[in-house]
Amino acid sequence: MTAAAPARLVEQFELGLAAPICLTWELTYACNLACVHCLSSSGRRDPHELTTAECRGVIDTLERMQVFYVNIGGGEPTVRPDFWDLVGYATARHVGVKFSTNGIRIDRAAARRLAGSDYVDVQISLDGATAGVNDAVRGAGSYATALRAMRHLADAGLSGFKLSVVVTRHNVSQLDELKALADRYGAQLRLTRLRPSGRGADTWPQLHPTAAQQRRLYDWLRAHGEQVLTGDSFFHLAPYGGPLPGLNLCGAGRVVCLIDPVGDVYACPFAIHENFLAGSVRRPGGFEAVWRDSELFAELRRPQSGGACRSCGFFDSCRGGCMAAKFFTGLPLDGPDPECAAGHATAALAAAGPAAPRPAPDHSRRGPVRGQAGPVRGAAGTGPGRPVRGQAGPVPVSIGRRPPARACDEDPLSGFAIR
Amino acid sequence: MTEQAVMEVPAAVTEPGEQDPGPGDEALVAEELLVEEVSIDGMCGVY
Amino acid sequence: MSTDGAGPAGAGAARFDLDRPWRIDDRVAVRPEPFGALLYHFGTRRLSFLKNTTVLAVLRSLAEHPSARSACAAAGVPEAALPAYERALATLAESSMITERP
Repeated sequence: MTAAAPARLVEQFELGLAAPICLTWELTYACNLACVHCLSSSGRRDPHELTTAECRGVIDTLERMQVFYVNIGGGEPTVRPDFWDLVGYATARHVGVKFSTNGIRIDRAAARRLAGSDYVDVQISLDGATAGVNDAVRGAGSYATALRAMRHLADAGLSGFKLSVVVTRHNVSQLDELKALADRYGAQLRLTRLRPSGRGADTWPQLHPTAAQQRRLYDWLRAHGEQVLTGDSFFHLAPYGGPLPGLNLCGAGRVVCLIDPVGDVYACPFAIHENFLAGSVRRPGGFEAVWRDSELFAELRRPQSGGACRSCGFFDSCRGGCMAAKFFTGLPLDGPDPECAAGHATAALAAAGPAAPRPAPDHSRRGPVRGQAGPVRGAAGTGPGRPVRGQAGPVPVSIGRRPPARACDEDPLSGFAIR
Repeated sequence: MTEQAVMEVPAAVTEPGEQDPGPGDEALVAEELLVEEVSIDGMCGVY
Repeated sequence: MSTDGAGPAGAGAARFDLDRPWRIDDRVAVRPEPFGALLYHFGTRRLSFLKNTTVLAVLRSLAEHPSARSACAAAGVPEAALPAYERALATLAESSMITERP
């Protein structure tokens, strides 16, 4: 009656999971900021975003599937008027919630409310230990907003909230200061990888760490062990000296996925593109049917051959790196990661053509954004709102949904006073 | 191949009471473990 | 948000006692899977992967047995395999997934 010897965990996932272990749910494309590297190209609310009732339906499904945890983000999720309603609805059904925020609505009252809840975690986004470094990426005033939120959380006695930093060329020299900043507020530092996704596709060449910086980052992470979270986003660095804490594999379609604000399901939040679109929660069967029956997910769950990486001695530890990073830098998915730790990317990037796929859809703001000096999209000096794929408006997602009748550019904070 | 086995072990696997396990003997033992642990933040593809 | 520490701290934690009664902690969610099961502790934010269905059966029956040893026997664990199951249960105890009953 004893079961056979267990296979490696990675192999066991190839049988498929009954439900994602956790997933990312972007609640809205609206955002008060216009970060230059935004993975979801957020800014403008989409007129077809899931209604409150539809969102509750998704939560009912997550409860039924026994999803342990949902990571709520956006855009800026707290600008949705039903945000607190939905968080409460989820936690009442024992679906854990971690929400990612720039802090704009974490006032004293919100902080006190969060301190009282066992099932909710907060993650404050910040990309520099100083306003100078941070605001260059996230916009003037965003550093102050984040620190104000952190102060309110700490004052409310909420320790252990996350301070989440996307590692860039300009903040990698500030890792110790970022750790100190997190410690000062009783928060846990989280460092994650910059991917060339969303608006990150444009800023990736200037922002992604150099090879030397990447090596220093790896050493720093090893030195800090599990004190610093990484969302397993650095498994591609394992060749430097062994795996970091985590599953050390690409979770897309296997253990995680994304539900976007209009109910489209993608393999991963860093792969918002029709090639990685698995289905829609608005179709019959909802999210459960997508997770179980999607052809895209079935393909991702099959053993990956590794392609050109198979012959490399490091393949077992790096797993060929990040699918989204390869895709949006125009590299083939069965070849090296653009930041391959063994140095195999240089030749591959030179060989890749100039026409890397464009992320879509694009909800970036068109006009100037408060706190940003110039255009929100495109390299510095170019005009506002570079068209995507040669079209004047947002690229429609192919799942039987008409393009938005009118994209909403209204300030999501109109009428809101910060206390 | 021992080296192969070392690379394959998820870093999160820990024996009770042990610090940060290195490569080597623990890797072989880990293949037989019936329980493996990881933090909820230990999977790629979430915020 | 409150985070509870994982079980006994530090190296040299007491070896798991198979002859004590145990149960799954109230804050743990158990989800069966094709390969065994996933456990998630809402206090510690830790996830445990149970890599076969027998260890899941042992876990789920713990509360009804006077000892972990008897739960293993009832689930059909042969003597030779008991050390592996003891190690598995010790890992779960270390991370507060299971606790001793009075």
